[in-house]
Amino acid sequence: MKKILAFVLVLLMLAACAVAEDAQPVMTHAEYVAADLESEVTIETYVQDKQGWWNDQAIIYCQSEDGAYFLYNMPISKEDYDKLVPGTKIRVNGYKSEWAGEVEIVDATFEIIEGEAFIAEPTDATAALGKSYLVAHQNELVVLKGLTVKDYGDGNPFAYKDPAGKTDDIYIKFEKDGVEYEFVVEYYLRNNETEVYKAVEALQIGDVVDVEGFLYWYNGANMHITGVAKAE
Amino acid sequence: MKTKRLLVLALLLACCLLMTGCHGSDGSAAFAIPQQFDTNRQFEVSFWAKNDTNKTQTAIYEKAIADFEALYPNIKINLRLYTDYGRIYNDVITNIATNTTPNVCITYPDHIATYLTGNNVVATLDELFTDARYGLGGSELRFDSPKVDEVVPQFLQECMIGSHYYALPFMRSTEALYINKTMVEKLGYTVPDVVTWDFVWEVSDAAMAKGPDGNYLVNGQKVLIPFIYKSTDNMMIQMLKQLDAPYSTANGEVLIFNDITKEILYTIRDHVQNGAFSTFKISSYPGNFLNAGQCIFAVDSTAGATWMGTNAPHMDISADQVAEFELVIRTIPQFDTGNQKMISQGPSVCVFNKEDPQQVLASWLFTQYLLTNEVQISYSQTEGYVPVTLKAQQDAVYQDYLSRKGEDNDMYYSIKLDASELLMAHTGDTFVTPVFNGSASLRDAAGQLIEEVAKSVRRKKTVDEAFMTSLYAQINSLYRLDQIGSQQGSIDTKADLGPLPGTAVTLLCALGTVWVLIGLYVLRRALKAKKH
Repeated sequence: MKKILAFVLVLLMLAACAVAEDAQPVMTHAEYVAADLESEVTIETYVQDKQGWWNDQAIIYCQSEDGAYFLYNMPISKEDYDKLVPGTKIRVNGYKSEWAGEVEIVDATFEIIEGEAFIAEPTDATAALGKSYLVAHQNELVVLKGLTVKDYGDGNPFAYKDPAGKTDDIYIKFEKDGVEYEFVVEYYLRNNETEVYKAVEALQIGDVVDVEGFLYWYNGANMHITGVAKAE
Repeated sequence: MKTKRLLVLALLLACCLLMTGCHGSDGSAAFAIPQQFDTNRQFEVSFWAKNDTNKTQTAIYEKAIADFEALYPNIKINLRLYTDYGRIYNDVITNIATNTTPNVCITYPDHIATYLTGNNVVATLDELFTDARYGLGGSELRFDSPKVDEVVPQFLQECMIGSHYYALPFMRSTEALYINKTMVEKLGYTVPDVVTWDFVWEVSDAAMAKGPDGNYLVNGQKVLIPFIYKSTDNMMIQMLKQLDAPYSTANGEVLIFNDITKEILYTIRDHVQNGAFSTFKISSYPGNFLNAGQCIFAVDSTAGATWMGTNAPHMDISADQVAEFELVIRTIPQFDTGNQKMISQGPSVCVFNKEDPQQVLASWLFTQYLLTNEVQISYSQTEGYVPVTLKAQQDAVYQDYLSRKGEDNDMYYSIKLDASELLMAHTGDTFVTPVFNGSASLRDAAGQLIEEVAKSVRRKKTVDEAFMTSLYAQINSLYRLDQIGSQQGSIDTKADLGPLPGTAVTLLCALGTVWVLIGLYVLRRALKAKKH
């Protein structure tokens, strides 16, 4: 009887090892950056923020101590979505992809894992503006200081995606050291009832501000703004 | 005895009520045109529309509303703008359950087919079209509306679902092939008048040659995707149509999982494998790559023409990234150059049914106003759209607009006008896919087949017969296409039947009565037997 039990236990251990070998190893951020596009990736990271849940999927902003990740349209139930509060540690498996310069994880699955919460402090990336290495901060929570509000067109400091209802994104252009940047207040990240949405609506051409947000990429830096304040 | 008779009578009445209540118990009553529009009452009409992130389009909606409200001071239009048809669709579906649908909504016939699964949710427009007073070109209208025969027949036909009209066309477009002619010629080819799929694949493959520095020879850049398709739904649908291959029947039988579809997917596989083809979902907007000199063939809507070309009025990339090249526009690639086929697309407008017929009439008046020349012409000028009425197309203002092609790179941007002319020249070559409850899912599935093949090749998976078998099963299940057949009939039965005829009610009541009497007889016998 004991022999049979031992044999079964050995079999179970072998099976467990086989499963463990099949699972993707967890990558560091540097390994993730080095991975080929369209390759399968597994990372552990922390939820920083999220866009609205819609159609059984959501966009999640994540960051760890060593770098940031953007989870695009990750399939998720509403119940699980509600659990993803800032700081939550998750293990994500998916494919590394690039869309208009934005490197993201698509077709992702995730699990919440035990661990101390981590909430990133914004990194001051102002010095990298206009430099090729700005892209190293892609998807991170950053602050960019001393940006000047530009004319978005027809003398307006910004443009609503939905001018009639104001229930969509706001586009705004800034200039720093002769280089122009177009950023956005993503409605599903910060809607028209949030402080930042109202703060951007109050901006005037020529205002000099510090802008905080996630450094998304769309054919160049295209920050998803989460905060704006008059420059110190 | 008297109590028993009363009981029988009560049962009969209950039975009759139950029988009649089985039919049309939810939703509003079918709409009947009021004798006269009540100008003494105030109406609010909610209008859900889509703009293409184009400020001018928003301004045109707002002006149309203001002009209409000036004509009908007792009707107030509340505009709600969306930037995505999918979200309008989802919101409408959500609001059907709570009977809070908008009054008027920009939509696609595929979506209306789903709305119609509710009872009388969408107003049928057949009688409104021809009503002498308030119909198209009606005598009581306060504006110059087109008559039924002044709406482009193909476009009007697209709004017929089953045997009824449920929408008016608003704008129409098709897809076009935007070509970097400079690069095609650099590769030693000449752009033909009608471009074939073979030509596109051949030139795209030829463009993949690289120099010793790793840059593509044709553009000298690190990045090149010779052929990018924006809407893979349309790509699959049009390829199947051009090949006269099965897609679906008019009644909703799904036929897309066939060998011709597979052959198309294998062709796509081969060109993804060598990097010659990609899609919007995988890589981003074709126009951005085209304008950066990183794409030779971009297929996108004619309604996206203002984003195409070195001198395009709209640009999504920075000026330093824009390449100088000659852009030409053609119909989408064809299999048979002598029998061209391309999709007809673009928004339509539907009117939601409400308890108050006057409210529906107010909504219809505004809907019809969207077909006036001023609205049609001004909106069509914002992009490569075409007015849906012959009245607007033939109007001197519109003709003048067309004649001024190339005068500037804004209102008269040559590619935009070329795109409009392309559709007007090929209206007879356009088609739409059958509309039924679930047709929107089938359309999504058609595109997803291509996306999955492209994605899988890029992820170095083997795309072979086993893959295809699994893909067909996966897409069939994901989009619940296997359930579409069982849902059919719901549009016509639910939407079309109306109240039960009196004879049917009488028959059903008689049947019910017989069953009640049989029941009473059996009960009486049982009671008698118990007594004895």
